[in-house]
Amino acid sequence: MDTIVQEDLQEQFEATLARGDRIEPRDWMPDDYRATLVRQIAQHAHSEIIGMQPEGAWISRAPSLRRKATLLAKVQDEAGHGLYLYSAAETLGTSRGELTEKLLAGRQKYSSIFAYPTPSYADVGTIGWLVDGAAICNQVPLCRTSYGPYGRAMIRVCKEESFHQRQGFELLMTMMQGTDEQRAMVQESVDRFWWPALMMFGPPDADSPNTARSMAWGIKRDTNDDLRQKFVDMTVPQAERLGVRLPDDGLVWNEARGHHDFTPPDWDELAAVVRGDGPCSAERLAHRRRAHEDGAWVREAALAFAARAEADRAGEGAR
Amino acid sequence: MSAEWPLYEVFVRGKRGLNHVHVGSLHAADDTMAVRNARDVYTRRNEGVSIWVVRADAITASSPDEKDPMFAPAGDKVYRHPTFYDVPADVPHL
Repeated sequence: MDTIVQEDLQEQFEATLARGDRIEPRDWMPDDYRATLVRQIAQHAHSEIIGMQPEGAWISRAPSLRRKATLLAKVQDEAGHGLYLYSAAETLGTSRGELTEKLLAGRQKYSSIFAYPTPSYADVGTIGWLVDGAAICNQVPLCRTSYGPYGRAMIRVCKEESFHQRQGFELLMTMMQGTDEQRAMVQESVDRFWWPALMMFGPPDADSPNTARSMAWGIKRDTNDDLRQKFVDMTVPQAERLGVRLPDDGLVWNEARGHHDFTPPDWDELAAVVRGDGPCSAERLAHRRRAHEDGAWVREAALAFAARAEADRAGEGAR
Repeated sequence: MSAEWPLYEVFVRGKRGLNHVHVGSLHAADDTMAVRNARDVYTRRNEGVSIWVVRADAITASSPDEKDPMFAPAGDKVYRHPTFYDVPADVPHL
């Protein structure tokens, strides 16, 4: 493409962003904008799919039919969210199959939070409350992201996440009204998930090299640290109401800032998890790979059936 | 790796009286499976009363890259809008 046309297109792209309009699939966009979106949306989609595992393990052990139905619906939603997001990514010229291959090869990431184990049933509630709560903080601003299909997928996701968070909080409230042992289970679970939940917002702004560019492009709307602060401020009164302690001695209200001060999580631990060295990283990926391979014959059989039906129809038409 | 299932675009009528609106896409082996999958992916909470699916490769779209934009001719035809016509304010029901 000649330089004049290229500059023209770049100008139109930037004018669209400046007007606050959305970029749509068939619009021209810079290669880096496209690549950043594919990376971010794919990582998000993979997180939803991998995120089915930690809670999915509790479906068969849910303590009542009501809790089981809720958990099934929630895990089905996560699958749905993954599909909305793969669908958005595919408008950028990639395919779900290609993204899945990259995940299985360890070339694309998923959220650090799903590399942690869920040994206790209270974790189902804690994930709903803290993990989905953090996800909502991250995701609500993405409804206004500059790429149309991504924003529209996020609107659907956010509507459904609010059910996820509320069911988690309700589950924990119920346990907190139970026996001492049940209350201890909740506290133990919150103790384990608090720090990983804080890590979900990514590294501190100073170590997040892509943030500025993503914000200039309107892909990201807030910085990691701003979202983390918002999450902490939101969560403190909820913890009080629940009667659990957030495991941070440094967590205090700062009148001057109008925000809570808190201790940052262990960034070395986050780096290790992102590298693929989290407590359950290998297990999560192995499970996903097994599911993909075990399902291969179903995908092939369905295609063969469709081809046969097509041939039969063509045969009838020829007669 | 075996071939991927084809891509379908999904349109949902939110309720009676509204048009079908594009909601996203999905993969399915054939048309029937596409409708079923669309129900599970896009209408888990009564978001629709009717679903259309169509193979993505069967859609022809206008191109945003055209130098002379397809929609420019509409720009100077302001007389197609009711506000183009001046009528006295005291004429009722107009």
